This record gives sequence, structure tokens and C-alpha cells, in this order.
Amino acid sequence: MTTEAPTQLPPIKRRNAELVMTLAAVAITLFAMIEAGLTRNGEMPASLFVYGVLFGGLATLAHVFIRFFAPWSDPLLLPLATLLNGLGIAMLWRLFEATGDTSEGSAQDQLILTAASMAVFAALVYFLKEPRTLQRYPYIMALAAVVLLLLPLIPGIGMTVNGARQWVNLGVTTLQPSEFAKIALVVFLAGYMVTKRDVLALASRQVKIGPLKVLDLPRARDLAPMAAMWGFCIIVLVIVMNDLGTALMLFGTFLAMIYVATHRSNWLVIGLTAFFGACALIYPFVSHFRVRMVTWLDAFRPDVYCTDEAMANPDSFCQTAGNSQQLVQGLFAMAEGGMTGAGLGGGKPGFVPEVQNDFIFVAFGEELGLAGCMVMLMAMALLVERGMRIALASKELFIKMFASGISFLIAFQTFVVIGGVTRVIPMTGATIPFVAKGGSALLSSWVMLALLMRMSNNARKPAPQAIQDEGATQVISR
Amino acid sequence: MSDLTLMLIRITFLCVLWLFVIMAVGVIRTDLLGPAKNKSKRSKRSEERRSAGPARPSRAPKARRNEPRALVVTKGPLAGTSLNLTSQPIVIGRANDATLVINDDYASGRHARIFSDEGRWIVEDLGSTNGTYLGQQRLTSPQPISVGQPIRIGKTVLELRK
Repeated sequence: MTTEAPTQLPPIKRRNAELVMTLAAVAITLFAMIEAGLTRNGEMPASLFVYGVLFGGLATLAHVFIRFFAPWSDPLLLPLATLLNGLGIAMLWRLFEATGDTSEGSAQDQLILTAASMAVFAALVYFLKEPRTLQRYPYIMALAAVVLLLLPLIPGIGMTVNGARQWVNLGVTTLQPSEFAKIALVVFLAGYMVTKRDVLALASRQVKIGPLKVLDLPRARDLAPMAAMWGFCIIVLVIVMNDLGTALMLFGTFLAMIYVATHRSNWLVIGLTAFFGACALIYPFVSHFRVRMVTWLDAFRPDVYCTDEAMANPDSFCQTAGNSQQLVQGLFAMAEGGMTGAGLGGGKPGFVPEVQNDFIFVAFGEELGLAGCMVMLMAMALLVERGMRIALASKELFIKMFASGISFLIAFQTFVVIGGVTRVIPMTGATIPFVAKGGSALLSSWVMLALLMRMSNNARKPAPQAIQDEGATQVISR
Repeated sequence: MSDLTLMLIRITFLCVLWLFVIMAVGVIRTDLLGPAKNKSKRSKRSEERRSAGPARPSRAPKARRNEPRALVVTKGPLAGTSLNLTSQPIVIGRANDATLVINDDYASGRHARIFSDEGRWIVEDLGSTNGTYLGQQRLTSPQPISVGQPIRIGKTVLELRK
């Protein structure tokens, strides 16, 4: 068993680099707002100074906080998150404030939510000194995840928005508990896999067809708790709550983590078989799942896209089931953007319904073009890469599993959203981490960042030097 | 605003975005390529700072002198880990219910215990196969330990810190 890290991160703090990069991210945000204001309204945004002071102040405060309380943490995490968050705010400002219509959301709300999320981020970095303590409560975490997932189903407080029942009304505000359930599930999985790692990797039953060995099946008693847990979550998410995005993201993370823990590809085979089997199984029975598949595969069919003709016919697909207008409009918008885009404020992303949530990537595609979209993807990729480095550099198995799990979660969340809007996979209902409008998504992104931050601080901190070393270890030289 | 200006702003913005990505990659270059040679000044400075760090008197006036506050691992697979000391005894070993789980092939399931006895910290071997060493001596009975004294379990070396 190899537990020692093969690669060490250099013990360099690079806090000044972090400060410069964070300020650069804030400057990019303001630049984006200026560009949108000039292009759209021909004048500098009136509220530029307020946004600059508030957002810049928040980012600087977060940086100063890290300088004091997690000085060894990775210098790139905060700037990347600030850039993504800032671009999101700038885009929301362009969509709502710049057009003078803030009925569906506003950059101001997003800024306030960012402040709240950063406060939670700071609290988590401060209080969770040792993320390994979470290892003690895998089953409590699993229970918490189930409770969080089921919360929207309680009649009094659950809310249905756009066909997905995934919201909880707390009176003062609404929350999407599945955003937090996914983090709890990653904690559970990391804890469970650390204890059962060897058994999952080694104890297996061979399946033979004739003399040929086909597959190693894990023993049911090792598999069952995990399979039950995950099967339950995914069934609840898909069938009851119509939250395909979260289900897909969790399933991807699950497979990736089990592969990381056991290094065995047959887990992937089993998982993917089970996944496609389940999809085929529920296809005839769950109507909203069927609608999603049709709007994905036949997005351009007139009655699915909902032309005026189909609109007039009460029996057509778009009148009875649903339409692919959002997806197709998004594709057109991105095609319009081309290589360098129409410039912030120069496009017409308002044609895409609900562009501020799942489809915010489309707005970037239209206005920044491929060149700008690739920057966002690079920022995401770098964030995930830093997470993987933390997993490589830390010494404890739990931290390795936890850091890689969170990185995979961010990666799959991005994939599910961007794959959905670019019609690579069926459109689901998830949001890009840090960018899209929405308090729960933003908060959970910053929580994930706080966990990564704390883990990277502990992993990069130089090992304490031995005060006394009187040859306690024998040196054998040949 | 003329179209030309707007186009220039647009292109500049994309360039600035890419500049950010390039800067980010520059920050992590040391991870990818190893520390560059001309950075010797910086690394020397940080080394000095690091060596000066532990020598500086700790800023915790509340703690009494010579009273250990943490158990740290200085060698072995878990090097760098530290555990805050409380009044609870610390069990070290490979078993999952140990307080400090060390993944060391030479350690027993419940290898040793470190506990506090009226302000003194005592290490006790729990009948391990390969023994617990205090300095170079194998423990036969519970022994008091002081700050900075290395305790060796298999390949892992632990010590108490203030």
C-alpha cells in the first residue's frame, strides 16, 4: 500500500502572488462592467465605483483573512474563484442593471450573496482547522445528505420552480438543499472508502463465462451500503424531484472517487452498466425524463422546438410535454458569438429564456466568443487541477479522497452544465460553480473552496523539524 | 462611442482575460517544472524565515512553560500531522478507532498510548509487536516524556510540542 505522497508541493507561500492575482480578477470584473456599459448604453456604469469598492474590498478581505489564518494554502484558489464570481456579477449586471430591468434578478443581489458566501467561507476556514475530523462521522453525513435531499418534499416548506422540486422556503429566503447534500455525500464517500478501501479493491468474486474470466464483482456486503445510499439519492433526485443535473453530477463523482480509491476499472464498468441500465429502465415510466431525452435528441424538430404552427396545434409535443426553445436559442446565441464574440453588451442574450441561471454560459459564449469561454473553462480546469494537487500532496487517505472528491464534484458540475447547454448531454438543471445566479449554488461553491483551502494549507505546511534527533532511526548504508 | 473604439475595448478585454490565465499558470509554474534556478535568493530567504520560525518565542503567554500543547509527527508517512493535546489519552496505532491512525507497516493495531497524568505526559506501550522507542531505548514500562523527545513507532517519529 502506498500512502506516501509521490509529489510534494514546494513549501512556498506565494501570498503576494495571490494578492496580485485577486486584484487582477477584481480589475477584470470592473473592466467587464465598463465594456458592457459603454457598448450597451454608451456611458460608464454609474454604479461602477460602488461595485469596485464592495467587490474589491470583499476579495481583499478574503485575501487578508487567508494571509493570517491559512498562510500556506494554495495561492491560485482564491483568485480563480474571484474571477469566476466577478465575471458572473458583471454578466448579471449587464443582463439586468444595464437593461434597466431587474425583475428577474440583479447583480446587486448577487453581490450581497457573494458577501454572505465569503463570510461563510471565512468561518469555515477558521473553524474547521482539521478537515480530517469529518472522517469520524461518515454515516451521520450520509443521513444529513438524505435529510437535505428530502427536505423539499415536505409539503409546508418545499417549493417547485420550473418543474424541479428542489427548493426549500425558509420564509426569509429560499434554499436549494441538494447543493449542500452533495458536499455531505462526498464526505460520506471519502470516509466510507477510506475504511473499506482494501476490501473494495481486493475482495471480489470472479465472473466466468466458460474458462474466460470476464469481470471481478465486488462482494455484496462491501457494495451494499454504498450502492443503497447512492441508489436512493439518485432515484429520489431523478424520479421524485426531477433534478437530473445533481443526480448525474453525484453519480460521476461517485464513480471517479471509487476509481481513485481502488484503482480498479471494473468498478467503472459496473457503474456505467448500472447507469445506462437504469436510464433504459426508467425511460418508459418517468415522463419528465422522457421529455428531456426528446428535447435533447430532437431539439430541432419543429414540434419540439415549438414553431408557431406547432404552438397552434394543441396535440403537438410542445403543448403537451415541453419544448427545446431554451436549448436551441442558446445554441443560436453561441453560434452568433463565434470566435471573439459580440463584446459584452453587444449581443442579445435576453432572447434565451432563464439566461441568468443554467444558461449563463450561453451569454458568455455570445458576448465573449470562444476565446472568452475558453478562459472560463481554463479557470475551472485550473481550480480542479489545484484540487487534485492538494489530493496528491496530502498524506492522509481521507484528505486525498476528500480533496479529489470535491475537485471531481466541481469538474462534473461544470461538465453537466456546459455539456447540457452545448447539447453534448441532455439538458439538466445544474449551475456553473461561482458564476451563475443563485445563493445556494454560490454558497456551496464557496464552501467547497473553503474546504480545499484548508486542506491545501495543511498539505503545504512544512513538516515540523525534529528538535532532537539523536539517531533514533538507524541509517543503513551499503 | 465609435465602433472602432468598442472593438478595441472588446479585443483588449479578451487579451486581459488570457493574460490572467497566463499569470495563473505562471504562479503554478514551480509545481510543473520545479523551482527555477534563479530563484535562489527567494528560497534562501524563505529558508531563513522558516528556520527562524520555531526559534521565535511562541505567542501564547497563557500556556505555562514546558507544558506541551500538541503532538506532532516529525517522520514517517504522516509527517507534518499535528494533534492538539487535551486531557483525553491518545491511542496511536493502525486500528481505525485509534486517535492517531498511522498507516505504518511496523505498527500494531493499538501500539502505544500517550496520556496526561497531573500535568506530566506519559507514553505507554500497549504490548506492540515491534515496540515503542523513546530515544534509543525500547519502552518496557510507561515513561514520562518531555517536549521535543522523539518517540518512535515503526517508521514514525512523534514528539510533543509546546
